[in-house]
Amino acid sequence: MKRSGFDYYAPESISEAVVLLSDLGENTFVMAGGTDLLIRKRHGMIFPDAVVALKKIKGLDRISVGPKKGLVIGATALLADVAAHKGIQNKYPAISDAAKNTANVQIRNMGTVVGNLCNASPSADNAPALLALGATLSIAGPQGDRTLALEDFFLGPGLTALKPAEIVIAATVPPPPANSGAAYVHLSARGKVDCSAVCIGAHIELQGRKVNNARLFVGACAPIPMRTPRAEKTVMRKVFTEKLAEKAGAAASEEALPITDVRATQDYRNSMVAVMTKRALLLAHKRARS
Amino acid sequence: MKHDIQLMVNGDSYSLAIDPSRTLNQVLREDLNLTGTKLGCGSGDCGACTVIVDGRSVSSCLTLAVEVDGKEILTVEGLAPSGEKLHPIQEAFIEKGAIQCGFCTPGMELSAYHLLSQNPTPSEQEIREGLSGNLCRCTGYNKIVEAISVSADRMNRKPSKRKSR
Ligand SMILES: Cc1cc2nc3c(=O)[nH]c(=O)nc-3n(C[C@H](O)[C@H](O)[C@H](O)COP(=O)(O)OP(=O)(O)OC[C@H]3O[C@@H](n4cnc5c(N)ncnc54)[C@H](O)[C@@H]3O)c2cc1C
Ligand code: FES
Ligand code: FES
Repeated sequence: MKRSGFDYYAPESISEAVVLLSDLGENTFVMAGGTDLLIRKRHGMIFPDAVVALKKIKGLDRISVGPKKGLVIGATALLADVAAHKGIQNKYPAISDAAKNTANVQIRNMGTVVGNLCNASPSADNAPALLALGATLSIAGPQGDRTLALEDFFLGPGLTALKPAEIVIAATVPPPPANSGAAYVHLSARGKVDCSAVCIGAHIELQGRKVNNARLFVGACAPIPMRTPRAEKTVMRKVFTEKLAEKAGAAASEEALPITDVRATQDYRNSMVAVMTKRALLLAHKRARS
Repeated sequence: MKHDIQLMVNGDSYSLAIDPSRTLNQVLREDLNLTGTKLGCGSGDCGACTVIVDGRSVSSCLTLAVEVDGKEILTVEGLAPSGEKLHPIQEAFIEKGAIQCGFCTPGMELSAYHLLSQNPTPSEQEIREGLSGNLCRCTGYNKIVEAISVSADRMNRKPSKRKSR
């Protein structure tokens, strides 16, 4: 019989959490804010035997911005705190914009940025900007610690490269290069509250007026947040203009693989990938110049 | 296995032994009989279950009671502890007709409380954003926004009142 309750553990250290996860067996779930996990339980998608909560682990909620290490967002740092962090707003506005546009006030007071990534929803609002900025994840597990590029993390809807009993400890974003800018833009059916129908993360570096590097990602339009390399190529080593941004948008739209679902139709998503990619590039460019 | 927890709700301390899968909403309503906190959707969408935990608004339907062990919780009952003198937010809701069926009201008022604690002088847009996690099927929101704006003005004029809550 499927049980309705579960055992609950709140370890105080990462190593203790890893040991618990290895010992307790497969049907054990890590919990940060629980805003995805408890919904999945409520909808009968999972019946956990045990939950290992991360909130009691000291220092895991840290957020730091430094000249060398860049931005570090700990596993239990809340969406609300990332959204309101002055240092992030200054140096990484695409990241705070994404956190601010995730869910609603209450959910941002409970849920985490790292939980949003680990949940691996194709429409995860915090993924595209972090991907565009080249984020990496610090992971702890029974075989020791490792670092993984966020780009190699998503494998499919709800699927990540985490091995059994591994925990993401933090997401790290390198310091932004000189003359670079990044942006996050999104579109959803009912304004701020619901999950995005299309979301874009863009990062560009300028050398003079020319684009020297570009990373573009589209969320909610493929089984995972996807990179659009042809759109990137469109802008590379060219003088940045609005026309160029529009061309890149058209290329991204051809690359994206959206489906029709409750949030939007395939056609609408295809059109909006073009529009939103262009807008993200224009904003990233503006930030790179200022 | 049951867990022993200590909850501080509206200034009162409770010791409870609870199953860890139970939500704060269940414990407040079923064990403590504090039924001012409502249960609507049970999935984080409607805000009827909003309470304040350590100064932040959260959905009590998605909060495990065991996770708020030792924390301070404010529910709508705590906004007017005497049961007679209402909180300025509540007074303004009545005055402005921001209540119809009343089901969303406790959650709306606690979201307003959270908003005003972070931003005592919100613009209309900021009030609407502050209520992004609260749904109302009756009022059309305008009266609620007005009520919050009026209570913000009053609370700023009488800062001592706000502290005494
Ligand atoms: C009403 C509502 C609205 C929402 N709106 C949005 C939205 O607009 N955009 C959006 O992107 N999301 C939205 N969400 C989804 C959710 O709130 C976010 O994904 C949130 O960031 C999840 O964080 P959490 O800490 O609550 O994750 P949890 O629920 O704690 O965890 C999510 C998953 O990741 C795993 N996990 C968590 N942390 C770790 C870790 N450190 N290491 C390994 N595994 C881990 C868990 O086991 C679980 O499978 C919404 C949810 C609700 C209820
Ligand atoms: S009952 Fe909790 S958000 Fe609807
Ligand atoms: S007054 Fe009825 S739901 Fe708001």
